[in-house]
Amino acid sequence: MAPPRPIDGTLLKQGAEAHVYKSTFLLPTVPCLIKVRPTKPYRHATLDMRLTKHRCVSEARLLNRCRSMGVLCPAVYFVDEKRGEIIMEWIEGPSVRDFLHSHLDGASDPDKEQNSIDVQLDSLMEAIGQTIGKLHDIDIIHGDLTTSNIMLKRRGNSGSMPEAQQTGPALAITEESFSDFDVVLIDFGLGQVSNSDEDKAVDLYVLERAFLSTHPRATRLFNIILDSYKRNCLGSAVVLRRLQEVRLRGRKKSMIG
Amino acid sequence: MTIAIGLEGSANKLGVGIIRHTPSKPAEVLSNIRHTFVSPPGEGFLPKDTAIHHRSWVVKLVKQALKESGVTVAQVDCICYTKGPGMGAPLQSVAVAARTLALLWDKPLVGVNHCVGHIEMGREITGADNPVVLYVSGGNTQVIAYADQRYRIFGEALDIAIGNCLDRFARTLNISNDPAPGYNIEQMAKKGKHLIDIPYTVKGMDCSFSGILGFIDAYAGEMLSGVEKRDPDTGEPITPEDLCFSLQETAFAMLVEITERAMAHVGSTQVLIVGGVGCNERLQEMMGIMAGDRGGSVYATDERFCIDNGIMIAHAGLLAFQTGFTTPIDESTCTQRFRTDEVFVKWRD
Repeated sequence: MAPPRPIDGTLLKQGAEAHVYKSTFLLPTVPCLIKVRPTKPYRHATLDMRLTKHRCVSEARLLNRCRSMGVLCPAVYFVDEKRGEIIMEWIEGPSVRDFLHSHLDGASDPDKEQNSIDVQLDSLMEAIGQTIGKLHDIDIIHGDLTTSNIMLKRRGNSGSMPEAQQTGPALAITEESFSDFDVVLIDFGLGQVSNSDEDKAVDLYVLERAFLSTHPRATRLFNIILDSYKRNCLGSAVVLRRLQEVRLRGRKKSMIG
Repeated sequence: MTIAIGLEGSANKLGVGIIRHTPSKPAEVLSNIRHTFVSPPGEGFLPKDTAIHHRSWVVKLVKQALKESGVTVAQVDCICYTKGPGMGAPLQSVAVAARTLALLWDKPLVGVNHCVGHIEMGREITGADNPVVLYVSGGNTQVIAYADQRYRIFGEALDIAIGNCLDRFARTLNISNDPAPGYNIEQMAKKGKHLIDIPYTVKGMDCSFSGILGFIDAYAGEMLSGVEKRDPDTGEPITPEDLCFSLQETAFAMLVEITERAMAHVGSTQVLIVGGVGCNERLQEMMGIMAGDRGGSVYATDERFCIDNGIMIAHAGLLAFQTGFTTPIDESTCTQRFRTDEVFVKWRD
C-alpha cells in the first residue's frame, strides 16, 4: 500500500470508513472533494490493501456508470486506488435533509404561503423519485440512500455559490427557484450493481426510514417520491410489492441461540 | 441487599451462578460454576443429547453453587433462568429445573433474555458505562447500542453466527471440541502465517458468514483429499494453521468494521465484546486497535463471563427483579426466538 500523503484541504467528515476533504483540483478555482479510505491498522495488510483497492475502484465505477447513464452524481476527476483516494466534483448545495429542515420547520408560516411552498416541494419530491427510478433502471443500488446523501444543486452552475450558503437560513432556496435545482446523488461507498428487486426495495426502505426520521411532516412527501418512482421506473411494480414485504420484515430476523 | 441464583442452559453449557447486589456497591459473584457438554471431534452438539446432559447435571451444580457461596436457601430472593433465545430442548430442561426450585423453595421466578444477560454482565464486570456492544457467540452475532430503554440491534449476521462458522470449520478439520472448537482454532491460528483470499461480506452494519464457511470448507476439503495448495508469493505450502489464521483475520476484520460503523453512527468510543467468541484474544486485539484509533478503548472479559454462564442470568434477572419484574409460574416458558430488542430495560435511564 502506498504511504498516505498529506491532504491539502479541509477535513469535512471522518466517517468509519473514509475521510472526506474539501480541496481544489488543478486550478485554485475548481473546488473538489477528496474521499480517502485510510489504512485500517487492525486488519492484515494484504486484506486491507485488497479491500481498499476494491472499494475505491468500485465506487468510482459506479459514479461513472451513473453519470454516463444520465443519473446526476459527482464527476470523478482522479482515482488513486493504491492510496485509496478518489478526487471528485464538489457539489454545492444543501442536502435534502438540511433543505427539508429549513422548509418544514417554518410551520408557523401563514397557511397560504405554506401551500405554495408545498406545491414546490412536491415537484422536488417528484424529481427525487424520478432520479431513484432512473438509478434502479440501470441496476445500480445506492446502498445508503439517506436524505443526507441526496443533494440539490443549482442548475447550470458548476460550483461556487456564495459563502452565505454556510449560514442556516441561507439554505432555504427561495420558493420561486425550486425548479432551478437538480437532484444529485452522492456517496456510493456502499453501492453495488444489482438487478435484484430485493436490493432495490431495501434501497427504498432505507430512504423511507431516513425521511420519516428527518421530519414528522415528511411522510406525505415520501409518498410523492414513491408515486413518482412508480411512474418513472420500469420495474417499479415488482419493487414496490417487495417493499411491502421488506417493511413488514423490517429488522425482525428471528434468532436461534 | 438481594441475592439471586441464575440457571443457564441455552446451548451446550450448563451454568449456575449466585450473585449479591448491595445498593451503591459493585455486584458480588458468590459462585459461578459451569459444566460443558463436549461432543466428539467432527460432531456438533445435538439438542437431545445436550438436554440429557443438562438434566443429569443441574441438581449437582445447584447444590455445589449453594455450598460454594455459603448462601442458604432462605437468603435467596429469586430464581432466574434463561427464557431464550437458544436451543429448544436444553432450554426446556433448565426451565423445568428453575420452576421446580421455585415451587420447592417458594421463591419468585425471573425469565431472562440470554443476550441481555451477556450485556449486563459485561457492563458490570468491565465498568463500561454506555458502550457499543459486539455480541459474538455460537448462535449470535449482533452489534448493539442502548437507547430509550432498549438494547437496539444496529447490525447483525444475516445468516449464520460467527461462532457457528468457526465451530463448523473446526468439524471440517476434525479439530477437538475440548475445551471449545473456537479456542483450538485460535491456538492453531497463532501458528499460521499465509493469508489466503477469502470472501469478505459486509453490507453496511450487517455481515454474512455462510459464504466464507462454504469457501473455506471447500478449500480445506481439497487440501484434505491431497490437493497441494501453495502460497502464490512465497511458494510455501498452505497448512491447516494458515486456514485458521486466514479465517480469523477475515471474519474478525468484518466484525471490527461493522462495530466501527455503529460507533461512528451513535458517536461512541467505548466498545464492549461479549459472548463466547469474545474470549478470542486476536479479536480483542483488533478491536482494541480500532477503538484506540477512535480515541476510545475496548472492554472485554475472560472465559468466566464471556462463555455462557449462570452468573450473568442471575445478574440480569436480579436487575429486573429489583424493578418489580417477576415471571409467574404459568408464564415461565422458554422460547428459541427472543430478540435482544424485545426486552424493556427498566433498570437503566
